[in-house]
Amino acid sequence: MKKTGKRTIIFENKPSILGYASVVGKKEHEGPLSEEFDFYTEDSFFGEKTFEKAESKLQKTAVKIALEKARLEEKDIDNIFAGDLLNQCIGSSFGLKEFGIPFIGLYGACSTMSLSAGLAALFVDSGAAEHTAAVTSSHFCSAERQYRFPLNYGSQRTPTAQWTVTGSGALVLGRGAGKPYINSVTFGEIADYGIKDTNNMGAAMAPAAADTLLHFFSDTGTKAEDYDIIFTGDLGYVGTNLLYELLEREKTDIRCRHSDCGLIIFDREKQDVHAGASGCGCSASVLCSYILHRLEQGDFKNILFMSTGALLSPTSSFQGSSIPGIAHLLNIKND
Amino acid sequence: MRPTNKEYAAMAKKQSPPSPKVKDFICAFVIGGLICVLGQLLIELYTYLGFEEKVVKMAVPSTLIFAAALLTGLKIFDKIAKRAGAGTLVPITGFANAVVSPAIEFKSEGQVLGLGAKMFTIAGPVLVFGITASAVYGIILWIAGMF
Repeated sequence: MKKTGKRTIIFENKPSILGYASVVGKKEHEGPLSEEFDFYTEDSFFGEKTFEKAESKLQKTAVKIALEKARLEEKDIDNIFAGDLLNQCIGSSFGLKEFGIPFIGLYGACSTMSLSAGLAALFVDSGAAEHTAAVTSSHFCSAERQYRFPLNYGSQRTPTAQWTVTGSGALVLGRGAGKPYINSVTFGEIADYGIKDTNNMGAAMAPAAADTLLHFFSDTGTKAEDYDIIFTGDLGYVGTNLLYELLEREKTDIRCRHSDCGLIIFDREKQDVHAGASGCGCSASVLCSYILHRLEQGDFKNILFMSTGALLSPTSSFQGSSIPGIAHLLNIKND
Repeated sequence: MRPTNKEYAAMAKKQSPPSPKVKDFICAFVIGGLICVLGQLLIELYTYLGFEEKVVKMAVPSTLIFAAALLTGLKIFDKIAKRAGAGTLVPITGFANAVVSPAIEFKSEGQVLGLGAKMFTIAGPVLVFGITASAVYGIILWIAGMF
């Protein structure tokens, strides 16, 4: 690998996506990407006793399917990179404890998919590992009870609120020809522009997304038109428009190439999700279904994938702190 | 060029669609009003059944609380409240929902540390400040009564 520009790491050994899987809940399965997912469950408890255990099972199932598709076994994986939204990342630790794979727990909020995949690719590319896995998840019910209100509490959501995706996405990486591979990773800095409204995550994350994307363009000397499509994680309707506005100030326009996972996983009007979707599972399940399918089929050849996260906690928001945002970017190719 | 926090707040405000206030007000007024009508009907019913006024005054809120708790358990209350907003929140139904919903939600953490401890996470502040306010009001009334 080699560092290019200020923040971008370009891989030289094509860390390839040997297997990938997405597991989602009922609402996600009823959305526009319905046919793309590997597995879905009608039961929000996924046969478990608590929502937290259900979330762990989402990760466990996603990793199992991704391993099957990669034709690998648990013992073949040298490291697994994982994280989620729950306190102390119990979604990951409880979901993956039975695999016996050296575990690297991460917290990047909803940016975890590109954070974990970037690190997993780095391990494969450097030779530190032969095979790695990256997984993340979110669950609407476990997120609601941690960050907001009980499910049955009668509250009204604001138009800027986003709906946490119940889903998980898992990738298995290794060196292998003829598969989509991660060409580069750009880890972003924490950007806090003072947004305090916890019901407006898109606005809190858009500055980080703009910053990481601009660094990537400057590091690589490329522009939006050089890519088939640029996916952001879960900026939603509000965050997407703010991203365009922030980039415009820098004389960059990505409108013709941009799509947001949070705007394509649900039908915003019909499924009543207000400003769109959010959660680690949002960009993860869209990457590990729709996006990688298109890359494999050759519809996309060179894309940017940037998960976006809001690094708040219920404590920080009760204490009146603003919401720091983060975004990490992957350049995924299939040529 | 990076906008200042103030500039960004203005940008975010412009891009964020506001709540449909007129629609919310109308829904809250109509549904809140219907709950009050229901209360009045219950008063009439219990009076017709021959209960004393004192009993009726106890029975009507109890019935509404029971109905709200039952609808919360049946996952219907939140669907009504999504449209009604303050219409279901302000009457006693909102208080019942605020106690019952965390009780259901947190029973996964056990009867004591889950259900017991978390039951008043939403309603707790209402009780604390409600009781404090009534005590303050009582003191003011007592002082006023001395003159």
